[in-house]
This record gives sequence, C-alpha cells and structure tokens, in this order.
Amino acid sequence: MSAVIDHDHAHGHHDHHGGYGGIMRWITTTNHKDIGTLYLWFSFLMFGVGGIMAVVIRAELFSPGLQFVNPDFFNQLTTMHGLIMIFGAIMPAFVGFANWQIPMMIGAPDMAFARLNNWSFWLLPFAATLLALSFLMPGGAPGVGWTMYAPLTVQMGMGMDFTIFAVHLLGMSSILGAINIITTILNLRAPGMTLLRMPLFVWTWLITAYLLLAVMPVLAGAVTMTLTDRHFGTTFFNAAGGGDPVLYQHIFWFFGHPEVYVVALPAFGVISQVIPAFSRKPLFGYASMVYATSAIAILSFIVWAHHMYTTGIPVSGQLFFMYATILIAVPTGVKVFNWVATMWKGSLSFETPMLFALGFLFMFTLGGFTGLVLALVPVDIQLQDTYYVVAHFHYVMVAGALFAAFAGIYFWLPKWTGKMYDETLGKIHFWLTLVFLNMIFFVQHFLGLAGMPRRIPDYPLMFETWNKISSLGAFGMGLAQLLFLYIVVKCIRSGAPAPQKPWEGADSLEWTHLPTPVPYHSFETPPVLH
Amino acid sequence: MNLEQANRRLCMRLALIALGMFGFGFALVPFYGQICAALGVNSLTQRDSVSNTQIDASRTVTIELDSNTHDLPWRFRPLVNHLQVHPGELATVEYEIVNQRAAPATGQAVPSYGPQFAGEYFKKLECFCFTQQTLAPGETRRMPVTFVVDPKLPRDVNTITVSYTFFEVAGRGGKS
Repeated sequence: MSAVIDHDHAHGHHDHHGGYGGIMRWITTTNHKDIGTLYLWFSFLMFGVGGIMAVVIRAELFSPGLQFVNPDFFNQLTTMHGLIMIFGAIMPAFVGFANWQIPMMIGAPDMAFARLNNWSFWLLPFAATLLALSFLMPGGAPGVGWTMYAPLTVQMGMGMDFTIFAVHLLGMSSILGAINIITTILNLRAPGMTLLRMPLFVWTWLITAYLLLAVMPVLAGAVTMTLTDRHFGTTFFNAAGGGDPVLYQHIFWFFGHPEVYVVALPAFGVISQVIPAFSRKPLFGYASMVYATSAIAILSFIVWAHHMYTTGIPVSGQLFFMYATILIAVPTGVKVFNWVATMWKGSLSFETPMLFALGFLFMFTLGGFTGLVLALVPVDIQLQDTYYVVAHFHYVMVAGALFAAFAGIYFWLPKWTGKMYDETLGKIHFWLTLVFLNMIFFVQHFLGLAGMPRRIPDYPLMFETWNKISSLGAFGMGLAQLLFLYIVVKCIRSGAPAPQKPWEGADSLEWTHLPTPVPYHSFETPPVLH
Repeated sequence: MNLEQANRRLCMRLALIALGMFGFGFALVPFYGQICAALGVNSLTQRDSVSNTQIDASRTVTIELDSNTHDLPWRFRPLVNHLQVHPGELATVEYEIVNQRAAPATGQAVPSYGPQFAGEYFKKLECFCFTQQTLAPGETRRMPVTFVVDPKLPRDVNTITVSYTFFEVAGRGGKS
C-alpha cells in the first residue's frame, strides 16, 4: 500500500486517449486496458449470440418431433453455437483478462507490441462477420459440427468457405495475441519480478500462449487442406484420390485437445488469484501449481486420439491414448488439491467472486471426472456422440471456463472501473446461474447414458422429461445473464466508489501498487519490488 | 541489447515457431500414411496376398454385397446380392456399372466392411477398386471381385457385409 503511485488527475482527456475521442479512440487504441475492454465486450456480445442459438436449440428440443427449425438449420445452429462460444466468447474473454491484467501484474507499462495488439483484436469483428454472413449463403451456414469433420466439409456450400476464412482470421488473431503475451511476460517484467514470483494468472497465460502458438497453426493447416480439397483438386481427405477423412480428425484433434487447455488454463489462473484472496492466505503449493500447469500443457499433446476411439484405430493405440489421458488427471488433481489446501484453515469470506470460484471448483471437478469416464475405451464406445459427452464438455466449458470468467469479472471490476458492483445482485446472479446450469446439463448425463445422440433435433418420447427440464434450465440461464449485463452496467454507471483494495487478501501488484480506479497509463516507471 | 531489439528478436523466433507448426500440420499427412502402412491399417484398395489356405468346410459365411455412388451419375450394382462361402474358399462376384452421364467420367471405388473388423479377414485378390475406372458416355462395364475369407475369421462372425462406394475423381473427366 505504501508504494501507491499518486495519479495526476489534472491530465486532459486527450493526454489519456491518444488524441481521439468517441469511436476513433477505440478503433485506434493501443492501450492494453482499452483493448482488454474491447475484448471483454466483444466476448460478451458473442456470448449473447451463441446463447441465443443455444436457446433456439433447446426450444426445438423442448418436445419430441420438429417444432421451430428444420433439421438442416438445427445442424447449422449447433455448429455455429460451438464455434462462436469457443472462438468468439471464451477465448477472447480470457485474452481480455490477459490484456488488462498481465501488464499490471508484472509491473509493465503496456503490452510489448501495442499496435499489433490493436490488430489482434480488430481481426475478431471481421471473423465474426464472416461467420454471420455464412448464414446468408446458398445452403446456409455449414451444418458440419464445430469440429468441421471431413468429408462433410468438402461437400458443403459456400457458407463453408466463409467459415474457413473466419477460422483463418481467428487463428491469426490468436497467434499474434500469443506472441504479444509471451514477449510481454518474458521481456517486460519489472526488476525483481522473477519468473517464479509472477502471479499464477500470468504463469497460466504464459503456458497458454505457447499452446496457442503450437496448435492454432495446425488448425489453420487443417482448414486450409479442407479449402484446397474443396476448390483446388487436392485429395487430403477425399477418398476418391487416395485421401482419408480420418486423417482430418487426427490433425483437428492434435489442435483440438490442447485447445481444451487453452480455454481451461487461464481459467485455472483466475481461480488461483481469487481463492487465495478470499481465503486470506497465500496460494498453497505455488511451485507445484506452475509445474502442474506445464505438465498438463505437455501431456495435452499426446492424448488427441481419445476423441477418436471409434474410428478403427488399433487396440494398442486405444490403450496408449487411454492411459495418457488418465495421466492428465494427476496434475489436474494437484491443482484441485492445492486450491482446497489454500482454503484449509483460511479466513474465508464468500463474496461473489469467491462464490463463482467455489462453483468452478465443484463443477469443473465433476466435469473432469466425467472426462475420466469418457477416457475409458470400453465406456466411450458406448457413450461416443451421446448427450453424456455434451454434458461433460459443458461442465468443463461453462461451469469451468465461464464461471472462472465471471469470478474474474467480479473480482477485478472494482479495480478497473473504480466502482463496486451490487453485491446482493451479484450473489443472486451466481445462484441463478448455478441452479439453471445444473438444470441444463446435469440431466443430460442421464439422457446420454440412456442413449440419446447429440446433434439431432428429434428424439423418442422416453427422453421427453429430462429434455424439458434441460430446456427450461436453458431459458432461465439465458435470462440470468441479462441480470449480469445489468449488474455490470449499473456498476459502471452508478456503482459506489470502490476502496483502494476492496479484497483484503488480494496481494498482486495491481492491488498493492496502483490506485483504484487504475489510471489509464500505469507503471510507466517500473514499481520497486522487495 | 535494448528492449526494442530484444522484443523484435523474440517476436521473430515465436513467429518462426508458428510458421513451423503450420508446416507440421502438413507434415502429419505423409506421417499418417507411414504409420498406417507400418501398422497395416487402412489398406483398403490394395491387393492382398493369400498363402495356401485350407478350406474350412465346417462353417459357412454369408457375404452380403452392397453398392453406392457418391455424386456420380453411375448405376452401380452387384449381380448377386449375397452368397455363401466357406472360409479359405476362392470366390468371385461381379459388379456392373453404367455411366448415365453424357460425358466420360472417372471414379474410384472404396470398400467398407460390416462388422468393421471383418475387413482384415476379407482378402481381395482382384478388385475394380485397385484402380480408377473411366467410363465413356453410356458405357456399361462388368467387373469382378475375387476374394478369400481368411479361415482365422472369428467363429462368431457368420455374415460380412461388403459395401463399395464409387467417388468421382474430380478433374479427371474421363482422361485417365
């Protein structure tokens, strides 16, 4: 607290925002905080779009038979829901956190490549536009599933080409962002901020950025092969020319499994900041957390074919990928153990960020356990492509990544805006989200075990009850997120002024060395660390 | 070295990693081919070799024949729909294709088997799927498949479905 830099409020507006006001400020900005804000609002917008698609999907599945959408459009919705939620909502949300937090947490004035940072963000709206335009093409958006498996992708209409180029742009944005983040963390740390003194959020992002750098180009390669198969006569995946559709799945999942950790690791990072702050204890086992995160990242490269047990890979292959997958439970278990041990004998309080972190802890672990169930070859052969899989990855993505994002927003919003959110409404938002989320996805385990296949708009009568519950949960979940928007807007407009350090146990640089709200430019001279 | 140079150097190195990984994605293509060849999987359109097998007259396996075309205006059918063979016995079936397009077309047939694992016991000695087939407009062609069912076929399998699909070889337009 002693080292808080007094911010000079006498600066004019133009000094702050690079000479532009209004919309041009946001288009030309190179400030990490502005760009972080852009990422977060973009991600919320995409969360809304993907959410509306999910609500339409659940409305269709409310009753057996076909009600609102035809099967073709249903497939397009499931595809776009997946692509938009992963590449448009979750990943940009955590890049937004990275932009806001990493420079402040390591005592850097900004990101290493500020103008590149601007470009990384502004690629995203164009990618989103391409995805949206694909709906207007003859034949509509691709209805191939977010995994974009050949040979279906080779047969789709023009919408597929739009999606391929959108994926190229999204990949480029991620790669540039990753380069920026790695360079910032490795070169711009304040003197004395050694690697093993960095907050864990920064560590998880350093590792995530390396994962992005390694796998996004592979996805770009996979969709490029699809593109040339479609238009330039290559036969990577086309059986007629000696290609093999299964090859696509190998390349895709070589990207796709590390991608799961691209989403999960920054979430782990946020949780590792929130739980110590509300336990008023330092994080238990800091070094083991760093090593566990690295171990997860490395192992994620050798488990991809557990998504492909039913494609006819040899038994020896199935066994290898099964054991390797189960091995990932060890470092993940280390992390869960450390979070619990951080709370052990801590002085706990349960404000909204902590509630979301605890929700994460319970439900992400549940999603991890169903992942272990699915890792077992004989079980997976039964459950492949059923709602059990849908339930599993939504527990990891929604109850995992989304809950961590909510925890992070509530945790840092006072720092960013200088104002407190409404604690009562925040808690209501948490409980509504928790209840509706479990209503949607817990019952889908039962549907999957009973054999209901995913990605199909119709189902036999016997599945009706659980589907109705799941759909009602989805409608409630959607409405609850309007409350979240209200809470954030209310906080920004009329929140009570936040104290310098609203969370007693928070101890990273942005809390201890910067005023609240943080000035537009922070750490132009590096902080002094002891 | 000042900070700007250090940043630029690191940026170049990281960009090289990204570029290398883009190449790695493409390197997976021949690597996958090598792995499949080494493990002996996925050799659907290659001639199998059979060495001096004994006919196991104690069991009979039903072979069901199926045919499909994909985006190719060919009429494609087996002359018999099913037949019974003893494991180890040499058998020949015939398929017929008719090109209904007013232009020459080239196709490649790819087999698949049900149950899937039965594929490795279905040994093809002669098959139209070993080469691409080019048909003149309106041409009709009869083509044999000569095969032996390996006597090592697990005893609980008594039916094998063999399904061929003809895919058009794009850009070949009958010029084989």
